[in-house]
Amino acid sequence: MTNRSNNLRSVAVQTGVVGVLIGIWTLVWATGIFHESALPSPLAVLRAFGMELRTWRLTNDLVVSLFRVSCGFSIAVALGIPTGLWLGRVAASREALLPLINFFRNLSPLAWIPFAILWFGVGDAATIFLIFLAVYFPVALATIAAVGSIPAVYFRVARAYGLTGVEGLSKVTLPAIMPQIITTLRVTAGLAWLIDVAAEMVAGRDGLGFAVMDSRNGLRTDLLIVQMIVIGLIGVTMDRVLMRLTRIPSVQWGYQR
Amino acid sequence: MSGPNLTLTNVSRWFGAVEVLRDISLAIGDGEFVALVGPSGCGKTTLLNILSGDDQPSSGSVDRQSRMRMVYQQDGLFPWQTVAENIALGLRHLIDPAELQSQIGQMVRLIQLEGFEDHYPHQLSGGMRQRVELARALAGKSDILLLDEPFSSLDYLTRLRLRHELARLLHERPRTVVLVTHDIEEAAQLADRVIVLTERPAQIRRELRIRTPRPRDLTQPEVVQATRVILAELGIETEDATVGESQ
Repeated sequence: MTNRSNNLRSVAVQTGVVGVLIGIWTLVWATGIFHESALPSPLAVLRAFGMELRTWRLTNDLVVSLFRVSCGFSIAVALGIPTGLWLGRVAASREALLPLINFFRNLSPLAWIPFAILWFGVGDAATIFLIFLAVYFPVALATIAAVGSIPAVYFRVARAYGLTGVEGLSKVTLPAIMPQIITTLRVTAGLAWLIDVAAEMVAGRDGLGFAVMDSRNGLRTDLLIVQMIVIGLIGVTMDRVLMRLTRIPSVQWGYQR
Repeated sequence: MSGPNLTLTNVSRWFGAVEVLRDISLAIGDGEFVALVGPSGCGKTTLLNILSGDDQPSSGSVDRQSRMRMVYQQDGLFPWQTVAENIALGLRHLIDPAELQSQIGQMVRLIQLEGFEDHYPHQLSGGMRQRVELARALAGKSDILLLDEPFSSLDYLTRLRLRHELARLLHERPRTVVLVTHDIEEAAQLADRVIVLTERPAQIRRELRIRTPRPRDLTQPEVVQATRVILAELGIETEDATVGESQ
């Protein structure tokens, strides 16, 4: 069987599964076990979706949330990787700071919400700060581990061929850890998205998390389901986008063994 | 063969309380091919690391006159670089891109991997990877080639083929070579001088000159005889087997 027809088949199967799920949902709804406001019909959800699109509210919240998650995630990665490289290469700094990083990694970023609001107020900055906390520590730790697992022979080769300093970093250390970094980015991007929604539920005046809270307060379960679907789909899409990084030829080796 | 290129004088190496090398003196001449053989774990690789400067002797001195390149057992290539990029590492002194490309092409032709320039190491067989390693080490200007069991991860036939390949490459691009190996035939077939080391702490047990000009076949009388002598020195075959040996 060709790759293409394989793909077609898996898409068909997956669509089928979603169809069955919607079927069960419709069936449960039709029995009337749940009150209409506790479980809206698929049709009502579709109608709510159309309404949301017309009023642009969903789009607005989506843009706001995506902005926050990209900011928080980018800053955390941009600082987390250098931190990890530094701690990974310098044993003394690692000894001093590793316990601290482990501590903060195990502290749920949501515990910071009160301080985030006190320091940054309600809005973009507080959420970005929380996303940063969720991503920075795992990225730093994963980078430390990745640097530690680089075979010594690469550094010897680098030295023998005069790759030192910045060149050693950009042509040896970074490419050597890139496969693991990409895996870490995929994991932490999911984490960032979870934290974004959670943070907006508490510390937001807009964004998808706030929209979820708003729907809850208005008992708009039809809207709630629309928002849940969008949140889930965005998470999946982000992972798909990051997964594309694994197709870069110079990182392929990391996924072949 | 002119003056020594690489000299060890009374080199000893301790790792904590473990003595790995004891009082090793060795002068390797320009263009000479020296093989170091010995029981596994005897300190061959430590000796090579001292020769390369990756390790320092606990006592004694190393006199190193020239640029050296090392070829590793396996996976010494950067997996994130293509064949051409890996070979280009050995040519970093070249500034002119056209010159660089032409030299890369030349090396690729030399190891007969035309068409594989843009392949990554994981897309090559073990034998092909070691050929690229050799090309990287031989590209550009270096004087000494250190080979750390370069063919030990390969199957027997590939190993035999790569020995010929190495002999041919050295004919094209002569270098002073130090080969560390536990493959006695390999040492006897390739080297001008075989140095047999003792169990740890490694000392020089025997030096053996092989005068038949390189490249040699595995079945040439002096190669066979040298193999016998080395086997006897390592206590694997009895002295009886070395009847007819001429030192």
